[in-house]
Amino acid sequence: MAMLEEEVRGAARSGRDPWRGFKAGEWQEKIDTAGFITLNVTPYTGDERFLAPPTEATLSLWAQVLELMRQERENGGVLDVDVNTVSTITSHAPGYIDKDKEKIVGLQTDAPLRRAVQPFGGIRMVVDACKAYGYKLPDEMIRLFTDIRKTHNQGVFDAYTTEMRTARKAGIITGLPDAYGRGRIIGDYRRVALYGVDRLIAAKRNDLRELEVCAMSEDVIRQREELSEQIRSLQELKAMAASYGFDISAPAADAREAFQWLYFAYLAAIKEQNGAAMSLGRVSTFLDIYIERDLAEGTLTEAEAQELVDHFVMKLRLVKFLRTPEYNELFSGDPTWVTESIGGMALDGRPLVTRNSFRFLHTLYNLGPAPEPNLTVLWSERLPAAFKNYCAKVSIDTSSIQYENDELMRPLFGDDYGIACCVSAMRIGKQMQFFGARANLAKALLYAINGGVDEKLGIQVGPKLAPLTGETLDYEEVAANYNEVLEWLAGLYMNTLNVIHYMHDKYCYERLEMALHDREIVRTMACGIAGLSVAADSLSAIKYAKVRPVRDERGIAVDFVIEGDYPQYGNNDERVDRIAVELVESFMNKLRKHHAYRNAIPTLSVLTITSNVVYGKKTGSTPDGRKAGEPFAPGANPMHGRDRKGALASLGSVAKIPYASCQDGISNTFSIVPKALGREEETRRANLVSLLDGYTASGGHHLNVNVFNREQLLDAMEHPEKYPQLTIRVSGYAVNFIKLTREQQLDVVNRTFHGSM
Amino acid sequence: MHTIGRIHSVETFGTVDGPGIRFVLFMQGCALQCAYCHNPDTWRTDKGREATVDDILAEIEPYVPYYRRSGGGITVTGGEPTLQAPFVARLLAACKRRWGLHTAVDSSGFCDPVHVEELMEATDLVLLDLKLLDRRRHIALTGQPNDRTLAFARWLSERGKPVWIRHVLIPGVTDGAADLTAFGAFVGSLDNVAKFELLPYHRMGVYKWERLGKPYPLAGVPTPEEKDMRRAWTLVEEGMNSRRC
Repeated sequence: MAMLEEEVRGAARSGRDPWRGFKAGEWQEKIDTAGFITLNVTPYTGDERFLAPPTEATLSLWAQVLELMRQERENGGVLDVDVNTVSTITSHAPGYIDKDKEKIVGLQTDAPLRRAVQPFGGIRMVVDACKAYGYKLPDEMIRLFTDIRKTHNQGVFDAYTTEMRTARKAGIITGLPDAYGRGRIIGDYRRVALYGVDRLIAAKRNDLRELEVCAMSEDVIRQREELSEQIRSLQELKAMAASYGFDISAPAADAREAFQWLYFAYLAAIKEQNGAAMSLGRVSTFLDIYIERDLAEGTLTEAEAQELVDHFVMKLRLVKFLRTPEYNELFSGDPTWVTESIGGMALDGRPLVTRNSFRFLHTLYNLGPAPEPNLTVLWSERLPAAFKNYCAKVSIDTSSIQYENDELMRPLFGDDYGIACCVSAMRIGKQMQFFGARANLAKALLYAINGGVDEKLGIQVGPKLAPLTGETLDYEEVAANYNEVLEWLAGLYMNTLNVIHYMHDKYCYERLEMALHDREIVRTMACGIAGLSVAADSLSAIKYAKVRPVRDERGIAVDFVIEGDYPQYGNNDERVDRIAVELVESFMNKLRKHHAYRNAIPTLSVLTITSNVVYGKKTGSTPDGRKAGEPFAPGANPMHGRDRKGALASLGSVAKIPYASCQDGISNTFSIVPKALGREEETRRANLVSLLDGYTASGGHHLNVNVFNREQLLDAMEHPEKYPQLTIRVSGYAVNFIKLTREQQLDVVNRTFHGSM
Repeated sequence: MHTIGRIHSVETFGTVDGPGIRFVLFMQGCALQCAYCHNPDTWRTDKGREATVDDILAEIEPYVPYYRRSGGGITVTGGEPTLQAPFVARLLAACKRRWGLHTAVDSSGFCDPVHVEELMEATDLVLLDLKLLDRRRHIALTGQPNDRTLAFARWLSERGKPVWIRHVLIPGVTDGAADLTAFGAFVGSLDNVAKFELLPYHRMGVYKWERLGKPYPLAGVPTPEEKDMRRAWTLVEEGMNSRRC
């Protein structure tokens, strides 16, 4: 490692006690970040007036980043690819934007926006991505990851059954992480700042010693191998930091070091894994403790504190993975889901809102709006009023925040959980999930009508049932068949996920992220569904109106004629909302019947991000009146234009979907024109706060808030160059609007905008 | 509570028709036929659906926490709510009694005070849409003279019932300089104005006219620009001040 001894900064040399001034506790004896926060946090109940504008260094750096991002866009979405180096924690030489101005350093490769090759999840994805953007992977590397080093993708397809392949092709289950990294694991990156890497290695070595047991079962062997890999990754983390001139073996001794140590840990994770979602956790309030100490010691000013946050967030905005255009078509733009969870309440009743919660949100002004990091406010009615008011202001100005119900999650996950990806809560460092994408409930309903034959492929995919041949659809008959199809789907889905995660652990294990977890952790098997509102409305139509299928020469129902009105999901109408509730409960119960890999606990999400467009494309006409190919509603949203009683009725329907059956999250995207929130700015904020209070009090789990005029989006479609930072929230996530495909843009524009009348 | 009302539609998240977040109930039927109406589908008294007071209360109930939290309540608009005054009176009285909600009625004022006594008892705020002070042009614009509306405004003022006066600025129709200052003077003469709103004419209801197969009387009339709104405000304020001097 090219490193001069005098370049190494750190606690050891400066002679400062890294834990000076902290309240002592058990966290000093064992690895316990949450315990440290509880003892040392300083809740802040004031308003935003203390916040500082960007420094000159920040403005200069951000201007350079914007210029690079512009070049990236003009270059077709990718600025550069380092095709010759396989990304590992230590693979690349240090990279900088503008070294002298950066308070926080570290890039995935040796230059900003130069993307790395990460083939352990699957080499084909890398080859295709390179090709799509005009790069060529060296033959030698392709050979290496085809003939010599097996990938996750290859492992999965070795084990997939015929039925799994067919189901995947038909799109009854889709978006599966079988060709790339699964993600949705959050390392407790804070541990590196609080304890230093050496202490973490020592703890892992101790775990390894404790696993010197008499019976070497498969479980023990696997755990011992994993622990050894974790220790190796921590050593690589130290080496990577040293290449930037930092010795992170000891704890961080001040705020700047805390940011830097923590960021190095996160950076190591994303150099090692290109997971579907690489979320950050809950770091802002943890870091606030360091800032408070420096402010008290007089070694840091507010402007310097904000600068640390701005520079850190800038780095998070630069996180990029090499993905195929098809992947981006499914998930919009160039998503990384660097989700940061902000706020929430402590178990002892104090708010976990700190000045740093404000500073993180303030980056949306200092650096302008952006989809990343995916800023997620853990909402409780009991949060300080000034903070709630500020959140509302930021939402109205930037549409870049999502909200999740802390009152719903805290009882299940404690007060140190974070959100992975969009809506998946997990205890940080103590719990992980096996990401399971989603099953298409609308298509499953068509299987129930067509005897298990796929309406697009025309082949048998689902169970062979007698197709329904009556002139109109009979609710009882459809419901009975649907139940059988869902029973089949749940089993197939779980088995498929078991194959995927077995192979991911084997060939693409998240060494560094898991090194920042406890030895014994909770695992969930995070299944998901798409098309909930389509399925619920379809069943409602069959039950309350007359639905006549139009069958083609193969006998497949390709269209439906509806006579009469039927209650539609999104109007807080119990008749149809009950159908939606029973549907998720029934599917969850069916999933619970199956064994999940590594004894994971099955959970369910109602989340699509933007894949609702692609799912719609792959699904024929449905009995609710939706035509073949038309998009589904995103997440748990009602179908576009069917919620006719205003926003609260729409929220009322979604809030009924029970979190108990959907513990991986229920996404709802709410779009409103500014005028419809009230005439004056103050009123708008107050109304948005009341709306969030009311939605969470009624049991709603998640809300994306967009405050926009449709005209603005239409203008951005025609003149993207005018809106480089226009950010909108889609199911569980935010995207850069101009990076969406035209179809996705139209889907967003056509969606219900409350108050556009 | 078996009084029957004729309802056009509901909006559960109203934020511009009174303070806070509000349940907005659109009544079916109107005596005026304003050329710029953005809800012409609420005019006919034989359309819409019938509902009892209890039916509507049941529709409001799930959202009461939102309305209370935000200092909001219920606003009855339309159509013309005073055409169904007994129904609306009972509904608002029940909202007050059950949940202590703030109540508002959005009216053209085209009504006889005698018929709305009971309704006004149950109403905390009247949103009064004043269109034109010129009687002849008022008839041209709405199909009816404005005597009743002006009398109602004075009657409310005498009783000290809080009102928000609203005036829609339509280029070439309601934006004459003399009209606006006269308007300001009239508003200034009332003692109960909690808020005065000058609203820019918008064309978002045009599609409804088309759907109803009615020719749109204001075809070609543009929406006012920011500078037109500022000019109008200046003129109205001039009128208000002249009154005070």
